Amino acid sequence: MAKKLALIASKGSLDWAYPPFILASTAAALGYKVSIFFTFYGLTLLKKDIGNLKVSPIGNPAMPMPVPMPNLAQMLPGMESMATLMMKQKIESKGVASIQELRESCLESGVKLIACQMTVDLFDFKPTDFIDGIEFGGAATFFEFAGESDVNLFI
Amino acid sequence: MEFDKEVDARNLNCPLPILRCKKGLSDMVANQTLKIMATDPGSEKDFTAFCTQTGHKLLQLDKAEGMLSFYIKKRNAE
Repeated sequence: MAKKLALIASKGSLDWAYPPFILASTAAALGYKVSIFFTFYGLTLLKKDIGNLKVSPIGNPAMPMPVPMPNLAQMLPGMESMATLMMKQKIESKGVASIQELRESCLESGVKLIACQMTVDLFDFKPTDFIDGIEFGGAATFFEFAGESDVNLFI
Repeated sequence: MEFDKEVDARNLNCPLPILRCKKGLSDMVANQTLKIMATDPGSEKDFTAFCTQTGHKLLQLDKAEGMLSFYIKKRNAE
């Protein structure tokens, strides 16, 4: 019987978009049956256009910067765009997959993507904001597959 | 070493070499050999782990100047 992986994706920044999609696509390649529950800011990762995800240096003191800089200075206008641009350039130059590519791989390999209905309502998102092929559900839906999974991770 | 199909995963980083490998194997038949080339230094451990967990067999690994060539025999379908 195939092993099962259940993930909760709760963050929607460019850096935090990676762990759920990397783990899910790899687990699927290893033969796992995978489900991801997207809640709160994680819902962003199910939007049709995810080319504009950002990474912020604010409140993120471990983020490597080209020049050492006090965290306070990172709230200046343009810092977030600069950090995002730098991250994207690094991603490309190091041969790291784009988020779009990893999400595509998840969809191709049958990873089940579930949007948290409560947060969709809370943020006034519309079902048409999201890609096709996803499901909507609540906490009980999560436990339906999480309860019988071999690995459960909150990201 | 002889092989039936070749996949180039050079200059790609984790988890792309594994995803390319899985994709490469998907349209092959049992006991055929896939050659996959990678430059990600982490892929040596990852391909070993991939084979252990999926039942495909890592027949041989050649290393030359930062390039890794894996020869993987596709398992029998269960």
